[in-house]
Amino acid sequence: MNKPGYFGQWGGAYIPEVLYETFQELKEVYTKAKADPTFWQEYVDLMGSYSCRPTPLTLADNLSRHFGGAQIFIKREDLNHTGAHKANNVMGQGLLVKRMGKTRVIAETGAGQHGVACATMAAKFGFACTIYMGEEDMHRQRPNVFWMEKLGATVVPVTTGSRTLKDAINEAFRDWVSNMDTTHYVMGTVCGPHPFPEMVAWFQSIIGLEARKQILAAHGKLPARVYACVGGGSNAMGIFQGFLGDPEVELIGVEAGGKGLDTGQHAARLASKDASPGVAQGYKTMFLQDSDGQMRDTHSVAAGLDYIGVSPLLTDLWEKKRVRFSAATDQEVMAALDLTIKKEGIIPALESSHAFVQAFKEAGELSRDQAIIINQSGRGDKDIFTIAHAFDDPSWKEFIRKKGEEYAAR
Amino acid sequence: MQLAEQIRQARNKKDILLMTHLVLGYPSFAVNREVIHQMVGNGVDVIELQIPFSEPMADGPMIIKANQEAIASGTKVADCLAFAAEMAAQYDIPFLFMTYYNILFKYGLKSFLTKAKEIGIRGFIVPDLPPEEGEEYLRLTKELDLAPIQIFAPTSTEARMRTLAEHGAGFIYCVARRGVTGSKTEFDASFDAYLARCRKATDLPLAVGFGISSRADVQILTGKADLAVIGTATIRLVEEKGPEAVGPFIAGLRG
Repeated sequence: MNKPGYFGQWGGAYIPEVLYETFQELKEVYTKAKADPTFWQEYVDLMGSYSCRPTPLTLADNLSRHFGGAQIFIKREDLNHTGAHKANNVMGQGLLVKRMGKTRVIAETGAGQHGVACATMAAKFGFACTIYMGEEDMHRQRPNVFWMEKLGATVVPVTTGSRTLKDAINEAFRDWVSNMDTTHYVMGTVCGPHPFPEMVAWFQSIIGLEARKQILAAHGKLPARVYACVGGGSNAMGIFQGFLGDPEVELIGVEAGGKGLDTGQHAARLASKDASPGVAQGYKTMFLQDSDGQMRDTHSVAAGLDYIGVSPLLTDLWEKKRVRFSAATDQEVMAALDLTIKKEGIIPALESSHAFVQAFKEAGELSRDQAIIINQSGRGDKDIFTIAHAFDDPSWKEFIRKKGEEYAAR
Repeated sequence: MQLAEQIRQARNKKDILLMTHLVLGYPSFAVNREVIHQMVGNGVDVIELQIPFSEPMADGPMIIKANQEAIASGTKVADCLAFAAEMAAQYDIPFLFMTYYNILFKYGLKSFLTKAKEIGIRGFIVPDLPPEEGEEYLRLTKELDLAPIQIFAPTSTEARMRTLAEHGAGFIYCVARRGVTGSKTEFDASFDAYLARCRKATDLPLAVGFGISSRADVQILTGKADLAVIGTATIRLVEEKGPEAVGPFIAGLRG
């Protein structure tokens, strides 16, 4: 099938009619930007001066020795401004917003990383900004709410549905159908209606372009395997695009196994047998849904992976067996996070730690002259409340209790 | 008789037709049954039955809540089909299904449309299925003589309206304004210009919906549109005053 916006049988643009012209405009500005080499250079320059690009590729020699197999390299997307790969996408879309002459941006956010990145972009470019965030996620990620507000964004709690990422996406669309004349919806991942999956993947491809050059320089040849966590799939598509043309490089996407694939409490669309084809939130992919087509509640310790659908690009690569999928449970994630902090002094986000789990399971199978890359999509230290809670850290709890008493006494 | 022709004939006898809407299973099928009884008894001409979906992207707060609660209380697609069959057999007005595409897709598009035809449903409103994505849907509805209702929006260009009209049947649903269902619509000069553009683009009857909630609104539409669509207003009324308030409300909208 060669229909525009489709990847194999997945994708499309299932949009309400009121947005038809808005999408025509977006497709036009995106197509022009893509054909214009000065646009990409402007983007790369901006990411260099504002967001520490190129991000390093770090050899994790202690972890490599620990597992006694492949050389483990970590692509450091955590070192982007605002602490995650989300910066790549928002700055790219921000440049398109300037070209369209719009003055306001809206976005959904799960973990809050995309919301913070979008609010940062809005502050830099002088756009008004509204972020939709599930009420449950606002509680999980309060520090990110604080920063979004400080950056000048309005954060709207979403109280419909399961009060998580999918509901925030619905609310952002509801805002957009009212305000499309002034407003661009900065979708945070490689999902949603065409051209979002393709466009966001294009901005994120900067990760893979860099990583390919860096691994050839550091290791002298291509890696055996590349690991990335998959929520919507933007960091995974970002790094995978550097190696899609190299059949000898195995690509592994790691989804949220939550409390275990057999418990039903997870967000594994492609690594479990629980998902089926569906159309929601403007696109066709594998969704976690019931037999009537109603979306199910998902679970993950990582808010950024807690989502019902997955990028149509990844579903296509999964179907074509180009990307292998696995899942990491909440418990495995905490163990991998702990080990990475202790061995390397690097603190991955809970989302990124899913990729580390699978890499650690497989590193020992490979030989020392082989390399693997883990995409560390974000940093964990800014999620201190969530991570400390997940570790059930006693001294942290004591600190919070005392802080609470201190505020209560005022 | 085809839906468009039936609507034209009904329109010859009345200045404006009324289409009402309800969310199946909310607050219960028993209340749905009573509400429909009141609607038909007070002269409603077409009824839109919304099959609840967990991600109602184009709907506002009231209908979102209705969708969510209908699903939470156990409403299944099979129950909606059985209920619709009962209503279509009982009342002699056209019933339509409104829902999001995933409900049809997951059931199996052909099976769903065939089933709908069998039970006497006359057409479909699927707000997240533009004609570009609905090739098979459009082909099957034509084969089965079901009306795939197309939607015009104030943002639609004349060229786009003509494209949509070519694919449509029954009538055109003109969304009165930007935004989602349930908030107030201002009927100003730009609204009149929009309706004039709609009229120019198609010979199909025109229904106007989104924010229509009073006799004054219906009066404004009289002479400009063929059907006035009452959605959120009756759901809110049932919530606040119970199903028995629906009859007098509908009766008071016209005449």
